[in-house]
Amino acid sequence: MSLKTILAAALVVVGLGGAATAQQDKVKVGFIYVGPVNDGGWSQYHHEAAVKMKEHFGDKVELVEQESVPEGAAAATAMTQMALQGADIIFTTSFGYMDQTIAVAEKFPNVKFEHATGYKTADNVATYSARFYEGRAITGFLAGKMTESNKIGYIGSFPIPEVIRGINASFIHARKANPDVQMSVIWINTWFDPAKEADATQALIDQGVDVVLAHTDSTAPLAVLEKSGGYGFGQAADMIEYAPKPRISAIIDDWAPYYIERVQAVLDGTWETKQTWGGIDSGMVVIGEITDAVPEDVKAEALQLEQDIESGAYHPFTGPLNKQDGSQWLAEGETADDGTLLGLDFYVEGLTGDIPN
Amino acid sequence: MGQIDPAILIASLMISSTPILLAAIGELVVEKSGVLNLGVEGMMIVGAICGFAVAVETGSPALGFAAAALGSAALSLIFGVLTQILLANQVATGLALTLFGLGLSALIGQSYSGVKPPRTPRLDLGPLSDLPVVGRMLLSHDLMVYLSLALVVAVLIFLRRSRAGLILRAVGESHDAAHALGYRVVAIRLAAIAFGGACAGLGGAYLSLVRVPQWTEGMTAGAGWIALAIVVFAGWRPLGVLLGAYLFGGVTVLQLNMQAAGIAIPVQILSMSPYLITILVLVVMSADRRRAALGAPASLGRPFHASA
Repeated sequence: MSLKTILAAALVVVGLGGAATAQQDKVKVGFIYVGPVNDGGWSQYHHEAAVKMKEHFGDKVELVEQESVPEGAAAATAMTQMALQGADIIFTTSFGYMDQTIAVAEKFPNVKFEHATGYKTADNVATYSARFYEGRAITGFLAGKMTESNKIGYIGSFPIPEVIRGINASFIHARKANPDVQMSVIWINTWFDPAKEADATQALIDQGVDVVLAHTDSTAPLAVLEKSGGYGFGQAADMIEYAPKPRISAIIDDWAPYYIERVQAVLDGTWETKQTWGGIDSGMVVIGEITDAVPEDVKAEALQLEQDIESGAYHPFTGPLNKQDGSQWLAEGETADDGTLLGLDFYVEGLTGDIPN
Repeated sequence: MGQIDPAILIASLMISSTPILLAAIGELVVEKSGVLNLGVEGMMIVGAICGFAVAVETGSPALGFAAAALGSAALSLIFGVLTQILLANQVATGLALTLFGLGLSALIGQSYSGVKPPRTPRLDLGPLSDLPVVGRMLLSHDLMVYLSLALVVAVLIFLRRSRAGLILRAVGESHDAAHALGYRVVAIRLAAIAFGGACAGLGGAYLSLVRVPQWTEGMTAGAGWIALAIVVFAGWRPLGVLLGAYLFGGVTVLQLNMQAAGIAIPVQILSMSPYLITILVLVVMSADRRRAALGAPASLGRPFHASA
């Protein structure tokens, strides 16, 4: 990029600064993804939602995207570049972009930032996330019902509250479905490495596990389950190509309504920072079709669970629940508050192993 | 939870190590001829998609593997022409080859995500595969696993025992001397580069056709770099490469199995153990300085021009 374009871009940014609070005719919307946009999972669904958003607004929105941006310094460069190119709002779609988003946002007070799944906000940084744990309650329940060896496995990426919530929600409901169930957790320290995800799945199968839940981005676990037998779930995406088995259901993220709402707010000049945490009721979390591999009565129970969560009649973290060390977390009938859930850093009773920190 | 069955563990480690082993044994031959090709990652991923695409279109995994070898060999010849004929810098060209390979594979692979490849059959050894322990552990894999082992032995014999291997090593040690003796340095190096490319391609295809089995953009996720490192730590010896690849794959699989079995060792230590143990063992192995120095080809990475 020549000096001239940088200066021109800077001028554009300064120019936009004056009009930031007023209504706008056109917005430039940036998206940064951690994986390739055809990973079949997390990044692909953000990308597809971004495209839907663009279709909704037509010419009013100019979409700029950058995929496979590693978490860390490279992310800051990508964001800075987008801001310099005149983006009005930038969606950073991975937890690991949190500190970079805050740092870059400080330098560009007139550009709005939206960080997915994080917890740090600023005047021009909002966060948004989905209550995946609501979906995990349902997949955990299905896992507990479908296992024949009473051993289920969970592939975790990084030990962050988001993943720990998923592990706990899955385990609590697997135990509800089947009191004898044991769950092994494997941490692989990456969101996206199909070979490692495949090896981890194989290791679980070798240990007698027959239902695998994954919190990573690719479809590799399902590919291995298809080869070696067992059940799994679509994660962040429908992954319907692996139905009716090994994929027996899925947790799908639908970000499009949120993206449309937030870009509209920029157009209207009403954008404000906030923390959004949408669940099944808001449509941000969708349960993928439960396939015929699941017996009718189990399917009915799972759908009932989904309905109860959607209507608010049931909260996936309802007491009595103990922490792993046996001390009390939630009393009978008590539900977990969002603050605790957002910072969740412990296992519930019955899970084995330690959370790396 | 249960305990780790060593037989199953070894069976898994052989599958998990094969992509790295194939790529590393190819790169060993390339480096022995005095060429440093840092594009292993790029060649692997191109092999992964070429093999996947052809296997899906034809329904034959064997054709897929052949296409992977050809595709990556062709890609490696771009590197060969640039560095051997046009005398471009090998390090920069190798890095560029990786970037190019990642991009090219993403382009070819656009319509292949979510597609399932045909199943690669296991080699049917009849009653041998049914033997207790040994059958499950060693004799129930697909052909590529055995081919990779055969390749290690073949490379070992080629380099140590054959006249052609001696010439290849001569080119790698002193290209000027080899040239003075009348050997065609550039042609020999191009052949070595193509061989290295084909091996990396097979490794990539093993990933997309057997180990995962699916196509996902960027699916090699650094395996090529591990292969490069293993060649160096193995002191440019074929058996060292075998040991390094199996050790790395083995400890990776072991640590995942230990987590799955709920053995109480901090996850951080388990996660870094494959890297740590592989480096450690290979460093100890090559601790004898004179022998280690003998391994590295003296002309490694140096450009050759007949007029020089």
